[in-house]
Amino acid sequence: MLAALLQQGTPFLRPEVDFHAFAPEIVLVGALVAVLLVDLFTPESSRGIVPQVAGIGLLASIVPVLTLALDGTDRSMFGGAYAVDNFSLVLKALFLVAGYIVVLLSTNYIAEGDYHEGEYYFLLLSSVLGMTLMASSRDLISIFVALELLSIPAYMLAGWRKRDPKGNEAGVKYYLMGVFASAIMLYGMSLLYGLSGSTLLTDIGAAVSGPETSPALTLGVLFVLIGFAFKVSAVPFHTWAPDTYEGAPTPIAAFLAVSSKAAGFVALLQLALVAFPGRDDVVGPFIWVLAVLTMTVGNLIALRQTNIVRLLAYSGIAQAGYMLAPLAVMGTNADGALRAIVTYLLIYAATNLGAFAVVLAVARKTRSAEISTWGGLFEYAPGLTVLMSVFVFSLAGIPPLGGWLAKFVIFRSLVQPDLTVGGVSLAIIVGINSVVALYYYANIAREMWMKPVPDGDRTAVRVPFSIGAALAMTVVVTLVFGVSNLATRFGDLASFLPT
Amino acid sequence: MDNNQFLTDWGLSLMVFLPLAGALLMMLIPKADEGTHKVVALLASLGSAAFGIAMMADFNYDKAGAMQFVVDKSWIEVISSRYQMGMDGLALPLVALTLLITPLVIIYSWHHFPEPRNPKAFLILILVLHTGMLGTFVAQDLILFFVFFEVVLLPMYFMIGVWGGEQRQYASIKFFVYTFFGSALMLVSFVALFFITGAHTFSMSELAGEVAQRSAAGDIALSTQVLIFGGMFIGFGIKVPMFPFHTWLPDAHTQAPTQGSVILAAVLLKLGTYGFIRVALGILPEAAVEWAPWIGLLAVIGIIYGALGCLAQTDMKRLIAFSSVAHMGFVMLGISTLTDFGLNAAVFGSVAHGLITGMLFFVAGSVKERYHTLEIKRLGGMLLKMPKLGWILGFVSMASLGLPGLAGFWGEVPAILAAYNPAPGLPEETFRTFMVIAAVGTVLAAGYLLWLYQRTTFGTTKAEFEDVDLPDVTTTEWIAWLPLLALILVLGVYPHLLFQVTDPAMTAMGDVFTALGK
Repeated sequence: MLAALLQQGTPFLRPEVDFHAFAPEIVLVGALVAVLLVDLFTPESSRGIVPQVAGIGLLASIVPVLTLALDGTDRSMFGGAYAVDNFSLVLKALFLVAGYIVVLLSTNYIAEGDYHEGEYYFLLLSSVLGMTLMASSRDLISIFVALELLSIPAYMLAGWRKRDPKGNEAGVKYYLMGVFASAIMLYGMSLLYGLSGSTLLTDIGAAVSGPETSPALTLGVLFVLIGFAFKVSAVPFHTWAPDTYEGAPTPIAAFLAVSSKAAGFVALLQLALVAFPGRDDVVGPFIWVLAVLTMTVGNLIALRQTNIVRLLAYSGIAQAGYMLAPLAVMGTNADGALRAIVTYLLIYAATNLGAFAVVLAVARKTRSAEISTWGGLFEYAPGLTVLMSVFVFSLAGIPPLGGWLAKFVIFRSLVQPDLTVGGVSLAIIVGINSVVALYYYANIAREMWMKPVPDGDRTAVRVPFSIGAALAMTVVVTLVFGVSNLATRFGDLASFLPT
Repeated sequence: MDNNQFLTDWGLSLMVFLPLAGALLMMLIPKADEGTHKVVALLASLGSAAFGIAMMADFNYDKAGAMQFVVDKSWIEVISSRYQMGMDGLALPLVALTLLITPLVIIYSWHHFPEPRNPKAFLILILVLHTGMLGTFVAQDLILFFVFFEVVLLPMYFMIGVWGGEQRQYASIKFFVYTFFGSALMLVSFVALFFITGAHTFSMSELAGEVAQRSAAGDIALSTQVLIFGGMFIGFGIKVPMFPFHTWLPDAHTQAPTQGSVILAAVLLKLGTYGFIRVALGILPEAAVEWAPWIGLLAVIGIIYGALGCLAQTDMKRLIAFSSVAHMGFVMLGISTLTDFGLNAAVFGSVAHGLITGMLFFVAGSVKERYHTLEIKRLGGMLLKMPKLGWILGFVSMASLGLPGLAGFWGEVPAILAAYNPAPGLPEETFRTFMVIAAVGTVLAAGYLLWLYQRTTFGTTKAEFEDVDLPDVTTTEWIAWLPLLALILVLGVYPHLLFQVTDPAMTAMGDVFTALGK
């Protein structure tokens, strides 16, 4: 009977697979298998090789990204569900490089913390794999698969410090909130599919841009957006972030704050600009409120933080608010919004990873993430102090450090092109928020430069080679992005909208 | 333009970035090697000055109204910003002032590093400041201008916060947050300007042309221009500082180390007045006409408020800080008249205030170093114990109160006179009222400065300092101070030296306002 049924349907055709387009993911899968095998067949004493395999695997995956970029043709597979274009390539490169830096940050932390190394790097690479897939997904199903592939390993990594109650809290909180958000998003997706009859973003875009609005459609759009608002830790869906960052291993906090958030934005961009451009009457006001709430609440709570990781978590929430802002004006300036957000993501990634790297380095000596333990850092670790100052003031947006350019492109996309009330008011709110944020960023600098050493212990901080390498890369990028047109170039390249 | 080709291509860039290169070099030198740090810092600032002097020698003074040594290279194309620099009669005096002050500050530092010392970090910050200040004066692209304008924030924040007085942490964050707030609004204004002109450039001269053209055609509403001017007004007004945005200044000046106060007073405040003239007035002249009476009003409030504030101070350094509020009020009054006469006075006043108040802060620093206090009532009898220092203080106080024959006079009196006859289109009665109030301000200035002088230098030494060894002016102090003292005198007896440079540029600007009024 089954045979009869099968005969009724159209014969199954093997879809065209463009292996070059898949090459980055294939290399990455090879790398994560290699990590497992190496972990399995090397003695306990030489496990130090595992992070190196993971790092080399990530770097090797960048090679096909570059060859694809040089090739320059836009590729599309599976009926448009999976696309490899400049946008996806720029972001894949971001995810892979950020993943590499997270590996560098993890090397000593995981080895010295007596954690399971093989499994850790395996999960980390799996999550990065999900992110690279996300950059190419143009279909509800592939977006959802990519999202779960990047999230589920991250849930486990967040709870990696299993002997610490805070580590358990981090994992469980992140997991429960994540699953809850996934459920809401799936419900929204099912509504969208039901109303448009397709899971492809372009088809949904065509179906929802009609003049008639139905409440179910609005609900579907909002639920999907809320699902990703969780991922990018937008207020009021942010409550997991500070606890999770604090309890998770610090390199994973960096990973969540940078890569996972960027992945959420990639999905949001694709949804907002491909699937919902006709519904900017719903998306625009919703994002406007979300952005204002996110940056304001994030900044105000950050003012009260005494723990550097929690502070970076709240500052990251505020930064997410700035990044959301251009989407609020996507109705009038979709192209500018896309460029601004991609540029911001690149600069934010470099700066934030650098800040976490300094936190890791300093915590090796102080064994604490309380800001008060950073007093007088300038006296015994001037290099780290200068680096951290560069990173926090870049986050604050002080020229000539990278962050100012990120803020500038946000301003520009909000004001452009015809000075709408919504856009200009949002630009002014971003401006005022930047000043509030400056206060707590400057506070970190004040602790390091102007306060006395709390316990009088002035022994130098030994920075391991891998963290040093991560610091060097991030600081160079932070400075170069600030005074050159590199970041905006990438943002420009990434524009996937028909111009 | 017939400037030297090499100087046109490289002069400005080398002048601006040589100090930064020096700072990078110093980062590689070990901290303990203090002597090398001092020499490298001094050489970097002198090298920068050498290029500046070469360009001033090569400057075509007959065409001082036009931009010279123009560099125009692509920079961040995506945001239409270019690496555009140039120098004209407006920028030149301020560049010269900066090039003079920084080496003198470094020389003064030779034996006077404030606690917690660390000459390496201190001198690196001064050099970075130097690059930021010079860059602001020569940048001709709004974004480039903005970047340089902001570059000075961080070094000054650290200088006040690390090397400052008791309340340094409060003062430094206040300075930082205040100025950053102004900058954020200013940046929004710049971006708005970019879009309403549709010129796709941030070049100041092109934007000015575009605004004039579109405004004449009625494409840009005056109300929009007024709003955009408002954003710049707050940004530059905080920097100047104008009443009521001045509250960061007494704290920052008082708490900063001597070198920081000198740089703040001599150059940083001028970034604000320069920005007003070059950017706000230069690009949005019509909005400037609307704003001018308000600028004038705040300026005279600043003059009186600053003077009254001075009379109430018990701390010498805080008194000098408040006097800056009053003096910058005169500068802003000159700007608000929108006449060539007033604008010339404003630029002259900026330079004179830089020399005089910079010098006053030097003296205050040396007094503090000897007495370990600046409380006016505990000083006294300085002329007996340290006659040279006492006479220098007297000389500079006279210059500061606007005694004819010294530099301060040529900034204040022309500004007051200009208010008698403001640009056509401005309310004459209002400005004449301002004139009278400002004239009262000069009397108050004479009052608080002479009173300060009397209390600190006349009389006898207080009992607590009877047996304390109070050395008179030292050699390094002479080297650092003599150029300033000489210039105060030279500009006082021969003001034409400066006016001839600024006049062509300011006349061109005044003509714009005269034409607008008709």
